Amino acid sequence: MTKPQLHPLLRDATTLAWLILVGTTALGWWLGFTSHNAQNGILFTTVGILISAFLKVWIVGFQFMELKHAPRWLRHGFDAWVVVMCSVLIVLCIR
Amino acid sequence: MMDCAAKSKGEVTTSPPQKHIPGELGIWVFVAGDLMVFAAFFVVIALGHNGEQAEIFAQSRATLDMWVGVLNTFLLLTGSWFVAKGVEKSRTAHDSAISRYFSLGILCGLLFVANKSFEWGAKIIVGINPMTNDFFMYYFVFTGIHLLHVFVGLGVLLLVRNASKRPITARNRNRTIETGATFWHLVDLLWIVLFALFYLL
Repeated sequence: MTKPQLHPLLRDATTLAWLILVGTTALGWWLGFTSHNAQNGILFTTVGILISAFLKVWIVGFQFMELKHAPRWLRHGFDAWVVVMCSVLIVLCIR
Repeated sequence: MMDCAAKSKGEVTTSPPQKHIPGELGIWVFVAGDLMVFAAFFVVIALGHNGEQAEIFAQSRATLDMWVGVLNTFLLLTGSWFVAKGVEKSRTAHDSAISRYFSLGILCGLLFVANKSFEWGAKIIVGINPMTNDFFMYYFVFTGIHLLHVFVGLGVLLLVRNASKRPITARNRNRTIETGATFWHLVDLLWIVLFALFYLL
């Protein structure tokens, strides 16, 4: 309401989150498609696929699960799971 | 009412107005437990991806239809959007328009189940089953456990839908809605990782 120049869809955090989630899914699809058809650069696509997946996971937690309004211990506990899980999977998949 | 109370104390109000644990604490204990269990599943899949059976994994993965996984991801993300909007709106109203958000969330979940059934059916009909190899063992078992979550989530959303019709002042109404919505978003969250590990890698 304070920024009337923004499109109403972008002013709504939940809808903005959905748009980013769908966009990131499309990016993941493209990376997956590239990865399956490429001989080189698979390392790059593997890391990209995992980072984009956990970015989506974090957005679902932060916006949809309303962790943005949650006490710090709960919010950061979730953040820690996202970072550790993503890192472990990257290491296992590119080793 | 809550907004007025908060404003009178001079607080900046957003929705929801103050820091709080969404839903019951118990649901977050469950979420934490489920995240740990699925963490083990994710690690097992990743180990197979680069293990001795890497070639079998790559060949098996290539037989999955990526767009089926994309469609299911889209259905759960959209279902989550309906549920999240329903939760937001249920804080200030309890008309039938609010419960419709949860009905549409349920519809997305049902379409996910239908799509998954076709996908599994198409595999089983050509003789691919959990005994085919380790990749398909993980695929059927882990997406099967996830599918159980979807069924439970659909039941939970029915309860949420009923709660959303009760007056805003009804005891525990908002807590019930938030708790159920949290579970539904967990179902979405777990699928996002399974989708990446089974279809995209």
